[in-house]
Amino acid sequence: MSANKTSRIGEEIWKSVNPQTPIITEKPFSIYSTAFRPRTQANQLFPRRTRVDKVNAELVTLTYGTIVAQLCQDYDSDYQEVNKQLDKMGYNIGMRLIEDFLAKSGVGRCANFRETADMIAKVGFKIFLNVTPTVTNWASDNNQFSLIFEDNPLADFVELPDDGRAQDELWFSNILCGVLRGSLEMVQMQIEAHFVSDVLRGDETTEMRVSLVRYIEDEMPPEEE
Amino acid sequence: MPSNNRTVFSLIIINKAGGLIYQREFQPGLRKLSTNDYLVLAGTFHGVHAITRSITPKLPISQPTPSPATSSPGTTTPAASGYSYPNPGVPVTGLDYLETDKFRLTCFQTLTGTKFLLFTDPMTGNVETIVQKIYELYADYVMKNPFYQLEMPVRRAGSRIQDKQK
Repeated sequence: MSANKTSRIGEEIWKSVNPQTPIITEKPFSIYSTAFRPRTQANQLFPRRTRVDKVNAELVTLTYGTIVAQLCQDYDSDYQEVNKQLDKMGYNIGMRLIEDFLAKSGVGRCANFRETADMIAKVGFKIFLNVTPTVTNWASDNNQFSLIFEDNPLADFVELPDDGRAQDELWFSNILCGVLRGSLEMVQMQIEAHFVSDVLRGDETTEMRVSLVRYIEDEMPPEEE
Repeated sequence: MPSNNRTVFSLIIINKAGGLIYQREFQPGLRKLSTNDYLVLAGTFHGVHAITRSITPKLPISQPTPSPATSSPGTTTPAASGYSYPNPGVPVTGLDYLETDKFRLTCFQTLTGTKFLLFTDPMTGNVETIVQKIYELYADYVMKNPFYQLEMPVRRAGSRIQDKQK
């Protein structure tokens, strides 16, 4: 459906910054240094690693698809368990990825959960998956929102198994829920995330529901939540 | 332009529980401590840092400010409305620098609670830039190593090579 849109994850950002320029990869640049990294001094001092290596989006799609398929096999199509494992894997990724996000984006602490939501959608997803899900459906207490994915690189080419259960039980992209849970936990937010609909199941949209459980105040109390 | 004097004596990384996870000397100059003393230093600094953060002055708020539309959720703001910090836009950090005649200690705490302590010559410029770069390297070479266990001591990439040469 949208196979050709991200031939390389991250490229779109570069294009949007400099629409005239064709993609020339020998020129050292990174998506961070053009769009998100204000601290160029650091790059002058240590010029060695300023570019962010890119990877073919289809490699990501196929790798992730293989992981899910293998899990389905290993757990004998116990899709609840597959969802759980994906979430767990994502959690471990998120706890590591957050450092990369903070180090390279240079953003500070968000003042409230609404700001956090925007940061996740517009910066986080943008730099790691090159998509910008829509933040919407806020609960009245500002503690719950939905992310609507118009585009999901993980799910390109995917048809769920036709066994009558996968369509109802498997959340194919469930790893993303774990990533959010892991990364936000590292910045003192306990959240709960789950998918509520997925175009792979024949739904209209792909929607993830994210709810703030609490701010974790142990190690480093946030200033003024 | 960055200053020519870029003496960096050593780097210490402290995890969010106050444990020492990395210590390395880059240039001689500081007296060496025993491994145990480094652990004590890390733990002590962790505590002092927490205290300095909590003694940050707070200004009582006279009139209750109406919460703006995008204010944080009410359920998680138990006592927060009673005071504000002198400079509300700037996050409360705790101890940032410690300077003596012979060295300067710069502390950078990430939002995840990890602390980077850099010992430099007092005249060294651009320390913040160096620390920022160290954080990036940490994010890459420590956090992205799939076998690195969070909060555990960091093995140096070089140690693998050195072991082989023995």
